[in-house]
Amino acid sequence: MAESEKKSVPVLEAENLSIVFGGLHAVDDVHFTLHENQIMGLIGPNGAGKTTVFNLLTGVYTPTTGQIKLDGKSILGKKTYQITKMGVARTFQNIRLFKDMSVLDNVRVAMNQKMNYSALAGILGLPSYWREEAAVEEKAMDLLRVFHLEGHAQDRAKNLPYGQQRKLEIARALAGDPKVLLLDEPAAGMNPTETAELMETIELIRSRFHVAILLIEHDMSFVMGICEHLVVLDYGRIIASGTPEEVRTNPKVITAYLGGE
Amino acid sequence: MEFLTQIINGLSQGSIFALVALGYSMVYGITQLINFAHGDIIMVGAYATYVMLILAGTPLWAAILAAVLFCAIVGVVIEQVAYQRLLNKNAPHISLLITAIGVSMLLQNLFQLIFKSDAKSVSNVLPSFPVPIGPLEISSVTLITIATSVVIMILLQLLVKKTRIGKAMRATSEDAGAAKLMGVSSRNTIAFTFAVGSGLAAVGAVLYVGAYPSITPYMGSLLGLKAFVAAVLGGIGSIPGAMIGGLLIGVAESLTKAVGLSQITDAVVFGILILVLLVKPTGLLGKNIKEKV
Repeated sequence: MAESEKKSVPVLEAENLSIVFGGLHAVDDVHFTLHENQIMGLIGPNGAGKTTVFNLLTGVYTPTTGQIKLDGKSILGKKTYQITKMGVARTFQNIRLFKDMSVLDNVRVAMNQKMNYSALAGILGLPSYWREEAAVEEKAMDLLRVFHLEGHAQDRAKNLPYGQQRKLEIARALAGDPKVLLLDEPAAGMNPTETAELMETIELIRSRFHVAILLIEHDMSFVMGICEHLVVLDYGRIIASGTPEEVRTNPKVITAYLGGE
Repeated sequence: MEFLTQIINGLSQGSIFALVALGYSMVYGITQLINFAHGDIIMVGAYATYVMLILAGTPLWAAILAAVLFCAIVGVVIEQVAYQRLLNKNAPHISLLITAIGVSMLLQNLFQLIFKSDAKSVSNVLPSFPVPIGPLEISSVTLITIATSVVIMILLQLLVKKTRIGKAMRATSEDAGAAKLMGVSSRNTIAFTFAVGSGLAAVGAVLYVGAYPSITPYMGSLLGLKAFVAAVLGGIGSIPGAMIGGLLIGVAESLTKAVGLSQITDAVVFGILILVLLVKPTGLLGKNIKEKV
């Protein structure tokens, strides 16, 4: 706790967050605070409600009760695309790129929100169109360079190898200049070398884009190696929260993962 | 020579189908909705042209502009009033389909109420004179139809490929959920798609009236269905597919007439639909959507 108080500026706050599907409390009274420049991990067994928390944070679901604040302002009741514009970006557990669009266009779509020219200006090729599209293309290429994807800019997203598709998803999420980046199992399906590389990439993203990161991951060495704070969910409830060291030795966590009487 | 003339006539007729098929395909691509009221938008466009050109006596350009704007507005209003809630609530496709048929009936009956069911004549919309091309003599209306459609389809390609709303449309059609999470408003994108689709149908209407100057409240049904066949033939959801499908259906119709089988042209068109569904249900350029297992 003392550690998170040092990084005093909260970016994303969840308070008493709950959602009920039918009779099931998929997420029950979850609360946490993500601070500026922090990397926080959300872990727990399968079906614990981790992705549901992401869906609540991005407005895909509306919580039954509770509050979500971004920079101190409530984002409750806002539409998904509005929340994205306010600065919450995410990736998906199962990669959801726009497969038939080029790598470059995948990133550019996420920059749409920053552009202002009209559809007519686009068809007629007015100066506002060229100016804005050129600026966006340059920025998108810069972003691709960070992930070493610049050589594939014109390839269709579906033709990239798996590891690069994951990277492209992160690049696309960063394209809208988010304050908070939510990564849903970024290391899923990666081999140890790729995972190690991904850890470096995430560190790089934090320092370069000044973004707070909340990630879901099952790979424990990855989570322990990169996260400063962990929140552990089981059956929708928080069973532990603290530094990786505190969480690792918590008996409740061990029971949740390994089973117990 | 006769054969070539028939091909050109077919391309002209086909480009009208293509303009209408684009509306079906774009809307389907983004919402998975088969908007059976889309055919009736042609009828709305034809009446808008009639009102402006014949009743109000405006020049042609003003009539076209008015028809396009009016249809775009009607398209968006239909989307907002009839479909939006169903789409938001992820209603089953059958509910959407039935709603679309309802909207189609509403439009037909509404226009019958306003304009009566007898055919109205809208003659000489487009300048008509024979144009000699080499040994052929082609009607100016045919050439104008083909040229207009080509220009419009190029503009549409630019819109979809090069602009941000086009990128939003492609992204929404690939994965609406992910697009929202990238800051794309699916609501605005869907409304825009309906506006563009309906505007294209209005252009189709003006060109159609140029070739067949008699309009009724029911004219959109058969024309709409044939355009739908064109969209399926090309691969519904695919923009180039709709263009190719439209042209192929037009040529097929024209050639059927040319060999003296005018009375079975409709049967040929719908025969093509059956054949496509049997042999290649995804159409010529359609994507093979694999269900996740």
